[in-house]
Amino acid sequence: MNSTNLTTADGVPLKTSLRRAQRRHRLKAVLLVTPLFAFLLVAFVLPIMDMLTRSVDNPEVITYMPQTAEALIAWNGDGLPGEAVFAAAAHDLAKGSRERTIGHVASRLNYEKGGMRSLVMKTARKAKKWESGPYRELILAADKRWREPDVWLLIKRQSAPYTLSYFLSALDLRHGSDGSIESKPAHMKIYVDLFMRTLWMSALITALCLLLGYPVAFLLATLPMRQANLLMILVLLPFWTSMLVRTTTWIAILQSQGVLNDLFVWTGLIDDANRIQMIYNKTGTIIAMTHILLPFMILPLYSVMKTIPPSYMRAARSMGATAFTAFRRVYFPQTLTGIGAGSILVFILSIGYYITPALVGGQSGRFITNFIAYHMQQSLNWGLAAAIGSLLLGVVIALYMLYNRLIGIDNMKLG
Amino acid sequence: MAPPPYATGPERLWHYAFRLLCGLIFVFLIGPILVIIPLSFNAEPYFTFTKAMIEFDPEGYSLRWYEDFFTSQAWLGAIKNSFIVAFFSTILATGLGTLAALGMSSRHMPWRVPIMAVLISPMIVPLIISAAGMFFFFSKYHLTQTYLGVILAHTALGLPFVVITVTATLTGFNHSLTRAAASLGASPARAFFKVVLPLVTPGVISGALFAFIASFDEVVVVLFIAGPEQRTIPIQMWSGIREQISPTILAVATLLVAISIGLLTVLELLRRRGERLRGLTPG
Repeated sequence: MNSTNLTTADGVPLKTSLRRAQRRHRLKAVLLVTPLFAFLLVAFVLPIMDMLTRSVDNPEVITYMPQTAEALIAWNGDGLPGEAVFAAAAHDLAKGSRERTIGHVASRLNYEKGGMRSLVMKTARKAKKWESGPYRELILAADKRWREPDVWLLIKRQSAPYTLSYFLSALDLRHGSDGSIESKPAHMKIYVDLFMRTLWMSALITALCLLLGYPVAFLLATLPMRQANLLMILVLLPFWTSMLVRTTTWIAILQSQGVLNDLFVWTGLIDDANRIQMIYNKTGTIIAMTHILLPFMILPLYSVMKTIPPSYMRAARSMGATAFTAFRRVYFPQTLTGIGAGSILVFILSIGYYITPALVGGQSGRFITNFIAYHMQQSLNWGLAAAIGSLLLGVVIALYMLYNRLIGIDNMKLG
Repeated sequence: MAPPPYATGPERLWHYAFRLLCGLIFVFLIGPILVIIPLSFNAEPYFTFTKAMIEFDPEGYSLRWYEDFFTSQAWLGAIKNSFIVAFFSTILATGLGTLAALGMSSRHMPWRVPIMAVLISPMIVPLIISAAGMFFFFSKYHLTQTYLGVILAHTALGLPFVVITVTATLTGFNHSLTRAAASLGASPARAFFKVVLPLVTPGVISGALFAFIASFDEVVVVLFIAGPEQRTIPIQMWSGIREQISPTILAVATLLVAISIGLLTVLELLRRRGERLRGLTPG
């Protein structure tokens, strides 16, 4: 009998009926997820997109010096531009000065070349009083820096509505005077080193977490359940405690007038005058962050180790393996998924950490995130903040995909 | 637990050395949290134990930092704000997250993995990046410096916790229980309320607790998008640590640890109840 001939009681072919039922189920599932998905789209995904666009967005020159931008298109970049460009610039500068919008252009150009802010602001103030041309002479007389073709090349380059210059800055690169990309002089290089330091310190923190977390997870997985549950509380309590609280507590312990230094002095280990500087530097960041992230290592390790039957180790021992060989050849390979899950998780969380490095990192323990915050809140160079953020997000997403590939997002558990 | 009877001499030694090592790691984990509790009762404005404290002289201890906390307008305002924001964002996150988890745990859900990846992403994306994005985006719609903005942001950050916890509960759900209820004559609604709901509720409550604490402890996003009106406890602590470091912060920290202990206890009770209902007993 052919399967297409099967029908339900009311005469509908079974296949059709089944497909209809499944479609109904699918629709129900999709409808349940839709509100959350829509919410996340608006409250989370769009904001992230906004940040990504800001890293290439370049509206200042084209919005506030539109005539200059237009006139510079015709200029081939050789020598100084012609009177048309100067006239347009004089008009835009005067208008920008009157409408108080020229400051945006001045700050934008200043990100690319020091001194541009004062040059633009000063010339704009003078331009308000100019009645008629030739504007070339007026502008060149206003400040001799306008004689440099580089300045005009810079304005021409920044007239494009989109720019890569924030990304170049974030990678310690810049446009040379001929428009090619060159590396910044050594004393201006900050971000690549910071990225490297962030990655390196995060790797160290991950390694420390693994080193401390593995034995604890092993102990928890091998103890009888009642004892393991009790000890588990010692892991879960820090996990549930605000990381601000945990950072504060490390300040109390590690600072030079703090608990640990007092203990050292009291036991005579160190001299009162030579208290150890353990915080507001790299050491402080590493200790505090290892403590904060350790539960994120222990929990995935534990959930993998719990599934390994203890009889495997006993079997290995009974066949003559030493305890160490049995561990190395039988137990350890089975925990690799847990090591992968914990390590990627801790590493992802670590490179994006902001609060702890900001509070206990001092100068040497700062992370790349601290510079995102700096450009967001102090220097107000939001384009650069967005570009650094986009690069960081790229690293995180790559690691997130690796996590999904190796472990699967479905297997993520909490506590 | 004693070492196995067949263990050789060095193995016994290793066994106890390993226990000692684990003990030290547990001290590292829990010690710092315990240290601040006595320090918060310090009579002096120091972050360390004074001589009087070590000698257990009652003079060395006082409640002055707690008094400071409970009489300060700034701190009281922060408590109010923290609870308002955490309360509303928990309700929103739990509602939306539970619905979504019901859908995600269905076998018929298309594109499960990519959608799950998006739903969990607020937990993975560095907070500073979410905060920057929300600052840019929310300011376009005048949502920065408003309670609504902070609540929406915290809802997004709390959602992954609800989705993960409730989905995990539903994955372990035995569907033959509903069928059994139906075969015994229960209507679908009765089966849902009498059988499904009691089994799923612990998952929903723990998800809600996670969302609550995620909002209650969150600093970075509030730092970026909240105004002076919406200062929460973590923000107050943050500026306290950076500006005028006083042991009041230790008193607050101790209170927050007490809240964590409370939440952890509730979670543990829920877990036990869940295991009991599923017919599992701790060994």
